[in-house]
Amino acid sequence: MAKPRPLSPHLQVYRPQLTSVMSIMHRASGAVLATGSLLLTIWLAALAAGADIFGSVAALLQHPLGQFVLFGYSLALVYHGFNGIRHLAWDLRLGLEVKQVYQSGYLVLVLTALVTGALWLAVL
Amino acid sequence: MAEFRLPKNSQVTDGVSHKAAAGARDVKTFKIYRWSPDDDAQPRIDSFEIDLDDCGPMVLDALIKIKNETDSSLTFRRSCREGICGSCSMNIDGTNTLACLKSIRDVKGDVKIYPLPHMPVVKDLVPDLSNAYRQLTSIEPWLKADTAAPDGEERRQSPAEREQLDGLWECVLCFSCSTACPSYWWNSDEYLGPAVLLQAYRWISDSRDEQKRERLDALDDSFGLYRCHTIMNCAKTCPKGLNPGKAIAGIKSEMAQR
Repeated sequence: MAKPRPLSPHLQVYRPQLTSVMSIMHRASGAVLATGSLLLTIWLAALAAGADIFGSVAALLQHPLGQFVLFGYSLALVYHGFNGIRHLAWDLRLGLEVKQVYQSGYLVLVLTALVTGALWLAVL
Repeated sequence: MAEFRLPKNSQVTDGVSHKAAAGARDVKTFKIYRWSPDDDAQPRIDSFEIDLDDCGPMVLDALIKIKNETDSSLTFRRSCREGICGSCSMNIDGTNTLACLKSIRDVKGDVKIYPLPHMPVVKDLVPDLSNAYRQLTSIEPWLKADTAAPDGEERRQSPAEREQLDGLWECVLCFSCSTACPSYWWNSDEYLGPAVLLQAYRWISDSRDEQKRERLDALDDSFGLYRCHTIMNCAKTCPKGLNPGKAIAGIKSEMAQR
C-alpha cells in the first residue's frame, strides 16, 4: 500500500499579488463592516436610551482606542465601497483585462487613502 | 472550511544540495520540491547549482539538464518544450506557468520550483490531475447538435462567429489558472475552476452548438460557477495570455440575462 499523497504547497509559496491581496482585503473589510454595524447599533441604542448612557458611549468612542476602531471602520467602509464598484463593473463585463484590473486596483487604493484621509481631516 | 496550513505529511523539509562543477562562472541555484511515494520521507526541497553558460535559456532546459546530469530520479511532465502541449505546468518563482516558456533570466535570485499548488502530488513536480480532468469531462467539451448540417456536409461559421472563440480555443489545459485560484484551492471538490469554466464558455460561445441552454442549466449552481469571486489570479498567471476570469464573467452574464 503506497503512502498517502501529500498536498502541494499553496498559500505558503504562491506570490501575493494585487489581484489576490485586494480580493482578500475586500472580504476582510466586509467582515469588519458586518461587525462594525454592531457598533452603529450600540451607538443608536445609546442615543435612544438617554443622555447618560449616550455620554458614556460617546466618551468610549473619544478614547484613542475607540478612535482607532472608528478609523478602521471608516477605512473598511471606503475601501469596500470603491472596490465594490470595481466588482459591479466586472459583473457588467467591464475592465476585465489584466492591465485594467491593475489600473482599477491602484485607483481604488489611492481613492481609499484620499477619501479616508479627507474624512478624518474633516472630523478632526 | 478552508484549511490554510499543510497537513502533517505535506510539510516541506530541507533536502540535498548539489554544487556546481568547479570552474562554473554563471551559477544559478534551483530549489526544487521533491517527494517520492517509494520511501517514508517527507516532501523536501533539494537545491541544484547550474552553470547557465552550459544550459538552455528556459527553466525546462535546466530541469532536463538536472535529470540528465545530476539526479535522474527528478520527475516532471514535459513534451513539446514550446508551450503547445501544456504538460510542464508548475509553480516557478511563486506563480504558475509552463517551464518551457519561463526564461531562467526572468527569475531574480534562486529559482524555486513547486508542483501546481494545492494538488495531490504523484511524485516530485507531477500533480494528480484526475479531479480536474473529471471536471473537464463534466462540461461535455464537444460540439452538440441534433439537427443535420445545413448543407449535409459541414457546419459553417462566419468569420465573426469564429472570432467569438478567439481567446478560448487556445487553452492548452495546463491548469496553471485553476491551481492559482484560491477559491479553487478551498473548493476544488465542487467549484469547476477557471480552466474548466473557460472551456465551458468556449462551447457556450460556439455558434454551431445547439445546446447552449442545457449547458447553462448544468452550470447554474452556486458552487460550480459562482465560487468565482473575480480574484483574477487566473488571468494574471495564464502562460498563454488567456483570460479565464473574463470568460467566467461571460457565463455569469449569460446566466443573468436569460
